[in-house]
Amino acid sequence: MIDEITALTTREIKKWLKNPFLLFMMIIQPVMWLGLFGKAFNLTGLVNIDASKLPPYITQQQISQMINDTFNSIFGTTDYFTFMSAGMLSVIVLFTAMFSGMSIVWDRRFGFLNKVLVAPIRRASYILAKVSSSVLRALFQSLLIFSIAFAFGLKPGDAFGPLDMLGAFSALFLLSLGLSSLFVALTVRIKSHEAVMAVANLLNLPLMFTSSAIFPIKQMPDWLQAVAQWNPISYSSDAVRKFILHSQAGLDITQLSIDFQFLIAFAAVFTIIGIVLANKGLRKG
Amino acid sequence: MAGDALVVEGLTKVFNKNLVAVDHVNFTVKEEEIFGFLGPNGAGKTTAINMFTTLLKPTEGSAKVAGYDIEKQENKVRSIVGLVPQDLTADEDLTGMENMILQAKMYHVPMSVAKQRIEEVFSLLELADAANRKVETYSGGMRKRLELAEGLIHYPKVLFLDEPTLGLDVQTRLVMWDYIRKLRNEQKITIFLTTHYMEEADALCDRIAIIDHGKIIALGTPHELKESLGGDIVEISLASDQDDITEALASLPDVKEVKYISNHYRIKVERGEETLPKVIEKILQMKKIISRVSLTEPTLDHVYLEYTGRTIRETEASREEAFKMSRYLRRVRQ
Repeated sequence: MIDEITALTTREIKKWLKNPFLLFMMIIQPVMWLGLFGKAFNLTGLVNIDASKLPPYITQQQISQMINDTFNSIFGTTDYFTFMSAGMLSVIVLFTAMFSGMSIVWDRRFGFLNKVLVAPIRRASYILAKVSSSVLRALFQSLLIFSIAFAFGLKPGDAFGPLDMLGAFSALFLLSLGLSSLFVALTVRIKSHEAVMAVANLLNLPLMFTSSAIFPIKQMPDWLQAVAQWNPISYSSDAVRKFILHSQAGLDITQLSIDFQFLIAFAAVFTIIGIVLANKGLRKG
Repeated sequence: MAGDALVVEGLTKVFNKNLVAVDHVNFTVKEEEIFGFLGPNGAGKTTAINMFTTLLKPTEGSAKVAGYDIEKQENKVRSIVGLVPQDLTADEDLTGMENMILQAKMYHVPMSVAKQRIEEVFSLLELADAANRKVETYSGGMRKRLELAEGLIHYPKVLFLDEPTLGLDVQTRLVMWDYIRKLRNEQKITIFLTTHYMEEADALCDRIAIIDHGKIIALGTPHELKESLGGDIVEISLASDQDDITEALASLPDVKEVKYISNHYRIKVERGEETLPKVIEKILQMKKIISRVSLTEPTLDHVYLEYTGRTIRETEASREEAFKMSRYLRRVRQ
């Protein structure tokens, strides 16, 4: 079974690598996200105060201190770009996962799916190959966006090290596993790529904005907080952010373990759902 | 049972509870036979193949491929059956070789064996030179051959070919026929093919089943089927203003049926080449003047039309099927 998954995953990765345009787009996309989204939402810049207009008994330093405190309590850092980049890693994982289902529709159309179905292999192998190739792509893309964010001025915590990097990517791995399985499971029976696009577009923005990826949960209205607490992207964003902002003060182990428990459960449930649906629903179309 | 590659008993497939695509079909294909399934669009050919290759589950009845039950021993069937579908299913972004290796892995063929097998089929199908080129760059004939090669990777016992030459030009089609014959003769593979080209069935198949509306309406060797039409057709036209001599002609030995339409006689005879001179002699004896004579031996076309009728079949195709077909024709004509 491992052989089957490896062979089919190799196919996906080869297809992906052989398409220079897609590779190029994949590199350009995160740059645009970070450059436009991250820098345009310059929240830190919004609260610059002209010192000459201040009453004489307030010093510039006091003001800066106040602003920094506010930022720290809301975002956990004084730099919004760092806050958002950390969340953006999870958003990129979401975007990559959304399209993992699309390739099943194409395989169905081109008849490749039938070829898989007449072969003496497990249906689950095919699904797991789709999921694992999507996970690999997502992690690669996250790594890319992380490096670019770094170049654009991401400020990691003063105790940030390789282990934090590993931790952050474990969270992204789990998120990607769960989301890819979710989208693959959704497309097992869908025959048109328009329908997949519609589903992806429908889920895309809500999933992104009901999470703490670009805005902290604490500042959301109550009802939205309730939704955000069930959104896996909140948990991975939180975990990734905690690792990236790892300071001398140490990591918040309690919250991190909650994050990981949720992500592990999410990944496990949807991978199993994906496999079950593949065995039941993956038929000739 | 030894000696039978495919045994079909009462096989039935009903779609959506009322569309009977295959209707209680019974037949047997012998080992190392080239067996043809002939029928109009929507007759149930592809549905039947899909059941034999486990893509679809039968509603009723059973079939055994090389002794394995298509429902109870799905995985066994999959491992000994090769399917060359109507569509071009090779991955265009990969090379021919990469497609073959993927196929080998899907059939659990060990890499050392696969390497040798790929070399063997590629040289048989004359694809060796293109092995490391992206499938995107292949011509229609090469794509079809690659599909065939993929179906052969795991040394299948029974190979199912769904419309193997659809859309190919005459030269490429003849070459495909040669390959198919070679596969049977050299590799000892039983071949089950569907087609709606009569000359293809005639040239390739040991036996043919004509299927229409989900039922087998005729089965036999091409020769038997032609014979079943009741012999050859002699057509004779007489010079104008002559009496009807139908009865005199019908009384001749070996003449089975005479039809008369204003000085024109359409006569069904046995052993046309020998009977024709006797017919002419008889007419001359009656002092009639013959203006035109022709002798037609039935072709499979006649057989086919006799059994399936002349109405054009309008089958409903889904948008997806239409897409597949237009993509297929575009690719295959490259």
